[in-house]
Amino acid sequence: MRGGGHMEMVSNAPTGPIEKSWETHKFGLKLVSPANKRKHNIIVVGTGLAGGSAAASLGELGYNVDCFCFQDSPRRAHSIAAQGGINAAKNYHNDGDSVYRLFYDTVKGGDFRSREANVYRLAQVSVNIIDQCVAQGVPFAREYGGLLDNRSFGGAQVSRTFYARGQTGQQLLLGAYQALERQVGLGTVKMYPRTEMLDLIVIDGRARGIVTRSLCDGKLSVHFGDAVVLATGGYGNVFYLSTNAKGSNATAIWRAYKRGALFANPCYTQIHPTCIPHSGDYQSKLTLMSESLRNDGRIWVPKKAGDKRPPASIPEHERDYYLERRYPSFGNLVPRDIASRAAKAVCDEGRGVGETGLGVYLDFSDALKRLGRHKLDERYGNLFEMYERITGENPYEVPMRIFPATHYTMGGLWVDYNLMSTVPGLFVLGEANFSDHGANRLGASALMQGLADGYFIIPYTIGNYLASTKHEKYSEDVPAAKEAVANVNIITKKLLNANGKRTVDSYHRELGKILWEYCGMSRNAAGLKKAAGMIAELREDFWRNVRVLGSNEEFNQSLEKAGRVADFFELGELMCADALHRNESCGAHFREEYQTPEGEALRDDANYSYVAAWESQGARRPASLNKEPLVFHYVKPSQRSYK
Amino acid sequence: MKLILHVWRQKNAQDRGRMVRYEVPGVNEHMSFLEMLDVLNQGLIEKGEDPIAFDHDCREGICGMCGFMIDGKAHGGFKGTTVCQLHMRHFKDGDELYLEPWRAAAFPVVKDLVVDRSAFDRIIAAGGFISVPTGSAPDGNAIPVRKQDADLAMDAAACIGCGACVAACPNAAAALFVGAKISHLAHLPQGQAERNRRALSMVRQMNREGFANCTNIGECEAACPKQIKLEVIAQSNADYIRAAFRERPETVVSGVG
Repeated sequence: MRGGGHMEMVSNAPTGPIEKSWETHKFGLKLVSPANKRKHNIIVVGTGLAGGSAAASLGELGYNVDCFCFQDSPRRAHSIAAQGGINAAKNYHNDGDSVYRLFYDTVKGGDFRSREANVYRLAQVSVNIIDQCVAQGVPFAREYGGLLDNRSFGGAQVSRTFYARGQTGQQLLLGAYQALERQVGLGTVKMYPRTEMLDLIVIDGRARGIVTRSLCDGKLSVHFGDAVVLATGGYGNVFYLSTNAKGSNATAIWRAYKRGALFANPCYTQIHPTCIPHSGDYQSKLTLMSESLRNDGRIWVPKKAGDKRPPASIPEHERDYYLERRYPSFGNLVPRDIASRAAKAVCDEGRGVGETGLGVYLDFSDALKRLGRHKLDERYGNLFEMYERITGENPYEVPMRIFPATHYTMGGLWVDYNLMSTVPGLFVLGEANFSDHGANRLGASALMQGLADGYFIIPYTIGNYLASTKHEKYSEDVPAAKEAVANVNIITKKLLNANGKRTVDSYHRELGKILWEYCGMSRNAAGLKKAAGMIAELREDFWRNVRVLGSNEEFNQSLEKAGRVADFFELGELMCADALHRNESCGAHFREEYQTPEGEALRDDANYSYVAAWESQGARRPASLNKEPLVFHYVKPSQRSYK
Repeated sequence: MKLILHVWRQKNAQDRGRMVRYEVPGVNEHMSFLEMLDVLNQGLIEKGEDPIAFDHDCREGICGMCGFMIDGKAHGGFKGTTVCQLHMRHFKDGDELYLEPWRAAAFPVVKDLVVDRSAFDRIIAAGGFISVPTGSAPDGNAIPVRKQDADLAMDAAACIGCGACVAACPNAAAALFVGAKISHLAHLPQGQAERNRRALSMVRQMNREGFANCTNIGECEAACPKQIKLEVIAQSNADYIRAAFRERPETVVSGVG
């Protein structure tokens, strides 16, 4: 591993007119000739929208792809759970949308903490994504004339969101999955399900392979590739309770970080405003209710603190529709970070609803009068059903109760404009990277970014790397591979031999509570310092006192979890360090010390207009900070206002 | 409430397996079925016993990873529900439940309640797609799709590939799963070019995987957590028969496309 010292981060973002920059950049990228493509082996880890679309597209181009997922099938990846929709600047509705407006909204929504050139490209290729998905047979909602339907979504004033009922992520993922399986059938992609990446192999400073563990029999394998693509999703499960799937984890990106990839903006974690409130200690995850519900539902709490009357007995004039009151022009549609903090604020005042007092009402009674039951059913039927299944309450009769929950992580491995990390040959796509969303992601933009990266960016940029690099063939005897396998074996042995008293889940739950309390919706310096200390202590205890039964050589779900939780401890500490160092509030990162008199996030552009990219210095020393300055040529940073 | 569970324990594919009895006290009505198993497993680990393995991921009823038989019914037999979305308020104190993995030759047991469903992936790989290489698509609005057709396509596309249809079927047939994909793509203009090949290839792969034939019993429809309708099987049968007449043999033999 490399020693200390600050590393050179070159964003490779093109200069010149932003409208032309991707086009110009693409032309400058080197190509791999068709005959040579099949000589290159590419490793893709993760099969969500980013990984699935990348593996399929690279296979179509003729590369040999080895593709990995920890689930039993690539179709399970957590992209499947996205409900609301996908943005694209099609302007099909003639309502003033454009590539520039989507770009502008995304930079502003990210609170001016993203790289302009990346965001512009994202907005540009958004239109191609819709075309591609329609052609694959994704059954988007249609109007009676047969054309694609759109809706407005979370913080946008134009209708640019395409959707497939409340299952947009599922349908987009199945489109990518089917394209991927087609390549599996054609033999260009070899799929390894129930296989987890546990280390990155770096040879002569380049990513050249991975070490994997078969989740069925524990067998470790070395896979070599001329490039490694990580599309392993976000790290929201560091909070234990989140809307992520139970298996979602940070192990692949974290172990790549330990091999030299920089980790950018770990403190930018998004809390989604509309989730079903949590109900007891057994709770294993939180369920998201699509924020499209905010299009027709009205959010309120009682005006009086401690008002425990049932909602129907609280008269209109004793209700506080606090989003409509505080943000008259956006009302219930303010961006996620703002809606979440406002919910926390009213609950902190003792005005929260439900048994725990940690909830606010999302009320459809006005919409029911205005639109009728049939229309509401058509728009939200499956969501209402899901809500009733979980809570036992019917949203047509009683207002929904919602509360914010961890949902998405804007931070991730640092990548340049080509989506390559600081380890040459290691590319990072989708939620796993840090690009595009700045300090806060807008609704319906995650699906867009995942597919943009996989379908339309990596196929171009990876070719440039492959064509401009000399690739040797290695055998498993190469020292870096042996060392990586040995490293995995050491971790596994340590976990199995601790033979302590506490279950992995109990540690994970406790870690999550610490982070939610001190590094969640709002943070302050004292709390962050305290949290870092508590996490370090808990981590020490974990390695001494965790109980993982069974052996490595079998299907062992406790062992899988233990490795992931071990990484979450370290990541949690880095999140606190990042949140502590960023002495400003921006987007989802809200430091209580830095707010406007109205309680809005107060940025400090003079000192913090940069990407914070952390470099591992090994287990014993704190990570060192590298900065990529952010320059805004087009969207001038201003105080975000949704009033 | 307190439950008595009899759970299928099988160490690996080679093990014969057996039912083991567990008592689960302190079950709360707001728990999901899987959270109830989490609580049981935490207790087992504390006692030094191997926790029960079961597949699960999103716990929102959409990824299709979870699923096992409760008293012989896939996902517990409640309408439109996966086992992760099944809450304990549907059970009562003292209930005695039998949990078993999906039983089908094409779904070998991996461990306990976990089975191998990769046969489904291979069926999709055989033809469950529209061939459209990245970048070659026309504008999304270039081909209008009747709303009714888009809705029918979406109804079928809602399949989550969990395998409950196979587990519920007395023949262990995969006709509902295969029919759902054939029906989804057959309802769209984009799916027409490969319609015949798709039906032939997918059905052939389904047979190769060891799924038996459909005899129109309808258990699959009743068990499907996404309420995919039996009519998708009629659609795929019709497509298959039509394709068998119309498609030239050499195309059939050339296989995967």
